[in-house]
Amino acid sequence: MSLIEVDRVSRTFVVRRKTSTLRRARQVVRAVDDLSFTVTAGEMVGYIGPNGAGKSTTIKMLTGILVPSSGRLRVAGLDPSAARVELARRIGVVFGQRTTLWWDLPLRDSFALLRRIYRVPLTRFRQNLDTFVELLDLGDLLHRPVRQLSLGQRMRGDIAAALLHDPDILYLDEPTIGLDVVSKSALRGFLREVNAERNVTVLLTTHDLVDIEQLCRRVMVIDHGHLVYDGELAGLHAFGNARRTLVVDLSDPAPPVDVRGATVTRVDGPRQWLEFPAQASAAPIVAAVAAGYDVADLSIQEPAIEDVIRQLYLDRR
Amino acid sequence: MSGPGLYAAVAVRSFRRYSTYRAATLAGAFTNSVFGVILAYTFIALWSERPDLGGYDVTTAVTFVWIGQALLTPVAIFASGAEADLVERVRTGDVAIDLYRPTDLQLWWLAADLGRAAFQLLARGLPPTLIGLLIFDLRFPSNPVTWLVFLLSVVLAVTVSFSIRYLLALSGFWLLDVRGAQTLTIVLSTFFSGLFLPLVIFPGWLKDVAFALPWASLLQLPADVLLEERTGWSVVQALAFQAAWATALLLLGRLVLRVATRRVVVQGG
Repeated sequence: MSLIEVDRVSRTFVVRRKTSTLRRARQVVRAVDDLSFTVTAGEMVGYIGPNGAGKSTTIKMLTGILVPSSGRLRVAGLDPSAARVELARRIGVVFGQRTTLWWDLPLRDSFALLRRIYRVPLTRFRQNLDTFVELLDLGDLLHRPVRQLSLGQRMRGDIAAALLHDPDILYLDEPTIGLDVVSKSALRGFLREVNAERNVTVLLTTHDLVDIEQLCRRVMVIDHGHLVYDGELAGLHAFGNARRTLVVDLSDPAPPVDVRGATVTRVDGPRQWLEFPAQASAAPIVAAVAAGYDVADLSIQEPAIEDVIRQLYLDRR
Repeated sequence: MSGPGLYAAVAVRSFRRYSTYRAATLAGAFTNSVFGVILAYTFIALWSERPDLGGYDVTTAVTFVWIGQALLTPVAIFASGAEADLVERVRTGDVAIDLYRPTDLQLWWLAADLGRAAFQLLARGLPPTLIGLLIFDLRFPSNPVTWLVFLLSVVLAVTVSFSIRYLLALSGFWLLDVRGAQTLTIVLSTFFSGLFLPLVIFPGWLKDVAFALPWASLLQLPADVLLEERTGWSVVQALAFQAAWATALLLLGRLVLRVATRRVVVQGG
């Protein structure tokens, strides 16, 4: 069953720019342009794109705090902006750069307030709190005011806060921003667990591709308001203009090898680097090199996911 | 919407939160006392020149000064109540988090402000009053009913004051910086609440205007209740006047929030 349905949704903003002291130009910006996708219950989807691509606009529309200019949106069967309050009980939101906790209150008090806001039954609240305190190692932090917490500690508090009312959907907007390697890894472990054990559907925006690699099987790439890729993370390698590299060690230094479908990008003594499109098979190229030259060793380098995405962004400019 | 338990919890937490600012509370209470002494001597000079000015005798006038110093912070005549946090949340955009919560934004902040006021009535209201009692001849009522009605009038005063400050905070959805609007609000509430000069001594039409404006609810009316300048039916009228302004301004606040949300939601922040 689709939990999130986005059907040809667009969102435009009117920006007024000063062109001279008196004149102002009116400019229509399409933050999200004819966007369509669905997310099934229990999925964990990475939502990536460069700054200004329309990620946050999409999340804001999905939470109901922004109305689409056109198109149709359904989250858990509800129209987000029309049923914002009802929907609020079914979603949890974490913004890496904002907190939903109260600065001056001990973490425990923030949780207690959230219990009242979302009317979580006391027994359920205690169960959830116990689980999160254990998994997120919050025990020593509960009595500390949020302003005294480090970024990583605050983030753990924020994630627990977003899940106390058992939401069906969790939106995470750059949850690992600014965290150190250990905190990031702990957070990812927790998210995997929540997704698997509680069947929480997760939509994750991030600039850290390791988050995606470790958490999401499916990734959506948005740029200039368009969805440019939607599929398995592994498929991204083969997408667009990504290239793989065949590194060949010849027995003796030689001029650049000449095979169909690949180009030599670098020669260093007997070692040569041959690039070919990522979606092409390596087999015929390896066969051609082996047939025409005396090969001592060879290896294939997959493109780094960051390079693939960088290439994807660049191609669309 | 969540039940009344939530808003009671918000008020209690706000009370506790303000109670942690000990140094600020002490410094504030000291300042109130100093201003009280200065104003009291000024009023004594004024009333010895013009006895019975505005229908007050000199003891009533000096007591009015100390009621003003006691209520100044709880009623937030100089603003900077719980709405200060809301101003900040509107400015930074954190208010978006409040907007997707299943709570009522206005009730939430009203509860927080009432919790703050309760703490400040004790911590900023009592010490200057004791100082005033030590130095000057003050007149407070012996009838406990008067005190109870006074407390009710103070709750209404805080509510009216909050409803104005809430509108001020919401203006941040349109203004880049609310400090200009805030200065204007403070000037108006200082003058028209009677903090520096009781409204009863305002001349002619200005007095009529001042008594019709919402700011009369902040200090002049609760003070007149405690001074027993108003009794019987006149007390009911004062409370009704405060309740009417509170209701009207709170409703206006709800309307403005709806327009502001529409602006943010439909036009984008």
